[in-house]
Amino acid sequence: MHKIESKNVNFNYGEFQALHDISMSMKENTVTALIGPSGCGKSTYLRLLNRMNDLIDNTHMTGSILIDGVDIYERQTNVDDLRKNVGMVFQKPNPFPKTIYENVAYGLRVNGITDKNEIEERVVTSIEQVALWDEVKDKLKKSAFELSGGQQQRLCIARALAIQPSVLLMDEPTSALDPISTAKVEELIYELKNKYTIVIVTHNMQQAGRVSDNTAFFYMGKLIEYDKTKTIFTKPTIKQTEDYITGRFG
Amino acid sequence: MLSSAATSITVILIVFFLFIEGAGVFTKKPIDDGFLLAVSVDNQVKKIKPSEIKDIYDQKITNWKQLGGKDLPIVLFRAGDITDYYTEEELGKNFEFFPDKINELIAKTPGIIAFFSDKYKAKDFKGRELDIDKIKVSEFLSGEEWFPTAQPIAQMGVKPLIYGTLWVSLGAILLALPIGLAAAIYLSEIAKKRTRSLLKPLIELLAAIPSVVYGFFGLVIIVPLIQSTFDLPVGETGLAGSVVLAIMALPTIITISEDAMRNTPRAMKEASLALGASKWQTIYKIVIPYSASGITAGAILGIGRAIGETMAVLMVTGNAAVIPHTLLEPVRTIPATIAAELGEAPNGGLHYEALFALGCILFIITFGINMLVELVTNRNSHKKH
Repeated sequence: MHKIESKNVNFNYGEFQALHDISMSMKENTVTALIGPSGCGKSTYLRLLNRMNDLIDNTHMTGSILIDGVDIYERQTNVDDLRKNVGMVFQKPNPFPKTIYENVAYGLRVNGITDKNEIEERVVTSIEQVALWDEVKDKLKKSAFELSGGQQQRLCIARALAIQPSVLLMDEPTSALDPISTAKVEELIYELKNKYTIVIVTHNMQQAGRVSDNTAFFYMGKLIEYDKTKTIFTKPTIKQTEDYITGRFG
Repeated sequence: MLSSAATSITVILIVFFLFIEGAGVFTKKPIDDGFLLAVSVDNQVKKIKPSEIKDIYDQKITNWKQLGGKDLPIVLFRAGDITDYYTEEELGKNFEFFPDKINELIAKTPGIIAFFSDKYKAKDFKGRELDIDKIKVSEFLSGEEWFPTAQPIAQMGVKPLIYGTLWVSLGAILLALPIGLAAAIYLSEIAKKRTRSLLKPLIELLAAIPSVVYGFFGLVIIVPLIQSTFDLPVGETGLAGSVVLAIMALPTIITISEDAMRNTPRAMKEASLALGASKWQTIYKIVIPYSASGITAGAILGIGRAIGETMAVLMVTGNAAVIPHTLLEPVRTIPATIAAELGEAPNGGLHYEALFALGCILFIITFGINMLVELVTNRNSHKKH
């Protein structure tokens, strides 16, 4: 069974149709990269997977998206529960104006976990998971804003992991980071693959090549080609994909 | 540059003028110019406080013993009472014997306290003129009675007025803050774009209604409502003032809080929601803490407006200058006092200057509040960067 499955998804911002008839599915514990030029709809698609686009006024979606076989756009879906299962990391690091510890504990607290020991244990585990522990263990009570951009982004990943989702969405998670931080995050993605189904939007083709199992190429709101990453990067079947990969446009 | 200098100078001049006039009250005695209070020379009571003199004339103190003197009933005397003691013939056709007769009366009545114009003071005056102290700042602030035109001694205690002002403002803010906050949350986080674009100008319009209209509304609607709800003899109470002021402070609180809430970065809200927090959890845990300083500023500015508000309060609070114990009693605020009494106070007189001193107190309170706003907003802009 596929972890994530979308069928004939169309999405509109008002009059503008951002996605045209997207059908694609992703297997459990794989990394899928969404690539394509700006405005191609890849981020829009990503944000449909945890219903983040619900927050935008005047939008409209048709088709269906199934996660674990359940249509997440059904009326009876609890959006908050969905988002617990489908974590998200944003383009720019966006820690809360709280301490490092509280940033990670936040997700646990809002999900009704009150046991102090459990919170502490999960905070520590999550920070260790993103290989940040050694860097922050002495300043857990300091503001998260004191961390560097790369550290902040890994903290945001830890924050998402703390509530134990099964899917992790990443919207250009390294676009605001320097090369060293980027490498660390990529390494992390590679490790997380064992436990999570990851969908990552990226502008960086090399990154897609490095971290993903499958790659989907979006252009003008359409899914042009979706295949194994190796196939997409070595012998794409569609000319547009090849042009984009080789840098002839985009 | 020039205009800001001119504005600053104008403001400083106004404040300077206010304080000069206000300080005048502390150079005066609380007795009308050209009048005196006299007792018998044998009287052992040396000093009498202004409030005690009032009590004597209100007949709350009836024996000199109560003031530390001999056990002797106090005999009150005002110039007009002279006909009780002497016939018109004895006083002479043009009251030419008036001074002598007062002199005689004081000399032969050991328990007397007499209040009369010093033009009736005889050359060989046989009584002892009471020494009246100038009004002290501490007495002015701590005095509990405000009778600025009382005879023989004006009572200049501003405590009831300060209390009245603070009570009404506190009540107003307690009412306005939850409602204002709820409205701000609704407008910034829950309402659809269309609803907001409809409601926001309406709320801002509330700020443009003249205060006398609010006062009229309070008088016609809120005062009778309070009277019947709480079964009171009069509906003109501190609570009525608080309700009217709360309505008046709402636009300030709503607008400023809502602006602050809408300034919460979208990334913060999305981060919270993406972690499975509900909309309300996000509002409580992210939006409100993030905009706390804006909300505080809105609340303080709201209080500032409430404290300085004159007309509406004057119309609905009943204006009794007594220290309030509950919000269901009539109260009198500082601005209402100034507005109501300045027209009747003779220019340059004691009462007139006392009202200016009240203005100074009001200025100090609102100045303090504005400093607080500065402090809160500054501290926050530090925190964010």
